[in-house]
Amino acid sequence: MKEFERAGERSLLSLVEHKEAGGKVAGVYCLFAPTELVRAAGAIPVSLCGKKEAPISAAEKTLPPNLCPLIKSSYGYAVTDTCPYFGASDFILGETTCDGKKKMFELMGRIKPLHLMHLPFDADGGQALAFWVQEMIRLKGFLEEQTGRSVEVRELNRQIKLQNEVRKLLWQISRFSRAETVPLSGLDMMTVMETKSSCSDLEAYAVLLRQLIKELEERCAAGVAVHRRGAPRILFTGCPVGTGSEKVLQLIEECGGVIVSMENCTGIKGQDLLVEEDTADPLQALARRYLRIPCSCMTPNEERLNLIRGLVEDYRVQGVVDLTWQCCHTYNVESFVVREFIETRHGLPSLHIETDYSSSDTEQLRTRIEAFLELIA
Amino acid sequence: MSGLESVAGIDIGSRSIELVVFEGTRQIRQMKVPTTYDPLAQCEKLLDGMRVGRVVATGYGRKLFIESLRGIEVSAITEIQAYALGARYLFPEVRTVLDIGGQDTKVILLAPHGRVAKFEMNDRCAAGTGKFLEFMATALQIPLEAFGEFALRSDKRIQINSMCTVFAESEATSLMARGERAENIAMGLHLAIVQRTVGMLRRVGMEPPLVFAGGVAHNPCAGKVLEEQLNISLIIPDHPDMVGAIGAALHGMAGAKERGTRCDRKS
Ligand code: SF4
Ligand code: SF4
Repeated sequence: MKEFERAGERSLLSLVEHKEAGGKVAGVYCLFAPTELVRAAGAIPVSLCGKKEAPISAAEKTLPPNLCPLIKSSYGYAVTDTCPYFGASDFILGETTCDGKKKMFELMGRIKPLHLMHLPFDADGGQALAFWVQEMIRLKGFLEEQTGRSVEVRELNRQIKLQNEVRKLLWQISRFSRAETVPLSGLDMMTVMETKSSCSDLEAYAVLLRQLIKELEERCAAGVAVHRRGAPRILFTGCPVGTGSEKVLQLIEECGGVIVSMENCTGIKGQDLLVEEDTADPLQALARRYLRIPCSCMTPNEERLNLIRGLVEDYRVQGVVDLTWQCCHTYNVESFVVREFIETRHGLPSLHIETDYSSSDTEQLRTRIEAFLELIA
Repeated sequence: MSGLESVAGIDIGSRSIELVVFEGTRQIRQMKVPTTYDPLAQCEKLLDGMRVGRVVATGYGRKLFIESLRGIEVSAITEIQAYALGARYLFPEVRTVLDIGGQDTKVILLAPHGRVAKFEMNDRCAAGTGKFLEFMATALQIPLEAFGEFALRSDKRIQINSMCTVFAESEATSLMARGERAENIAMGLHLAIVQRTVGMLRRVGMEPPLVFAGGVAHNPCAGKVLEEQLNISLIIPDHPDMVGAIGAALHGMAGAKERGTRCDRKS
């Protein structure tokens, strides 16, 4: 685990080396950004999603306070220039996933070169795929222009394989938590997943993941658990979380629950989706895969419920905690469907929490989470 | 001194701290003090000179309390569980518990056999809680204890639209400026919090009988308007603010003991 905690520093160093050798760095904000394509063009993608409270007040000079903290934090980092990854980024990839983000990107575009991918809002419609393929082609053009390197089919297919490999490893790691004794806490799981979005070298990351798998196998064989016996098994879903915005995750584990799965973006959402390998038209393959990400900005978004169903059953989940960042309308509205699905379809209790990055409501949240766990125990 | 072990339940809320002591199954003591800025000192005062074998804490200060107490068996449960246990002890047939306290409003639905089936709690905002009424009573310069009676003297129902405490105050001010009677404004403010509460009750799928507990249950106007809107009669305990402390004590009694506590676990 320590390796993962240190990975941040190391990746910053290698980004610097990469840049010194003339390479480019792309700042990305969302799971919809096709990182295979970015890498195939010779740039390293780093995730810039704002997870910390600190830069929010600076963002509020420009953005309305009544906005999702993730957007404010992301923008705050950009204007205060306090995120080294933002500083290292040569250009930014944005996507029109939600209204707040897409309008924020217009402002961010004043600071760095920014390419906006337009997203269709339904995954199945006949026009959607064709449109999204066009967006992939447009992105390819932008990347090639920025890096001065053209994207070769062979290289793109290689990157696809590599990403798939990493996804499979992450999927494998998360599956350890299906056991009676869970060997990795939700917080540690988050750290492992997060490392992916800032690492420069995917192959090295895969090595780390394989090491972790060994370690987890040993822990499992020795019956090591990160929780006390009978701890309620919780599925965590909703908006993205990460270091700095993990308060709800942390409270769940502090209060005695064990997070067996994280469905959200920074968790398993999309890690089970692989891109078809070795096709003649890998852009098509990418488009097909990325369109299937079950994000709440898609309508309809039944795939999310399917994913949740699978996780609930596989991981023997006893309760679901659904997190919405304040003013995230898509996840907030969808929380009704999620709750209904969990309660009526699975007969399980669910808890919906709406909050932001501040710690002002920690005690209230603790009461609600503890009571929720009491209800399960 | 009898050979029975005594168990104390202490409910450390944002506005007041309640203590009850049971000896065997008999409640032998009940006390209440304001929370003040130093809740721990207040707790110590309450427990001073008392010989109790075990203390179960609930309410906002529960964590702080069990961390500070040494040499005595302490544990903690949430207010949700405490109110459920307390209300069921006082009224075995209860199915829904409403607790409007100083900072929170909670609605708890019990399964027929008495366990908590579902609950709702307001988020960080104090709209719809005792705090809201307290704030508004101060704004209208009426003592909080008399605010309910005062509102009952209204002769017309006006709608206050803002649920935010700060905005509601400016709404009340502008109503006063228009010459509206203070009694009617007070009634409007009560209606506003009741409407919010009714929404929460509907969301958990409220079932009668409904026990109304917590400090705001002392307010006659809140109770009356709730009954009107829900079209049922409420059960209000003699000491509605003691329900949490009673539930905590009950949790500490034999049988419930092994269930233990969560928040005393060091993370
Ligand atoms: S929740 Fe949706 S919009 Fe947000 S990062 Fe994930 S995929 Fe992107
Ligand atoms: S959490 Fe919601 S509002 Fe915030 S950026 Fe993601 S989709 Fe947009």
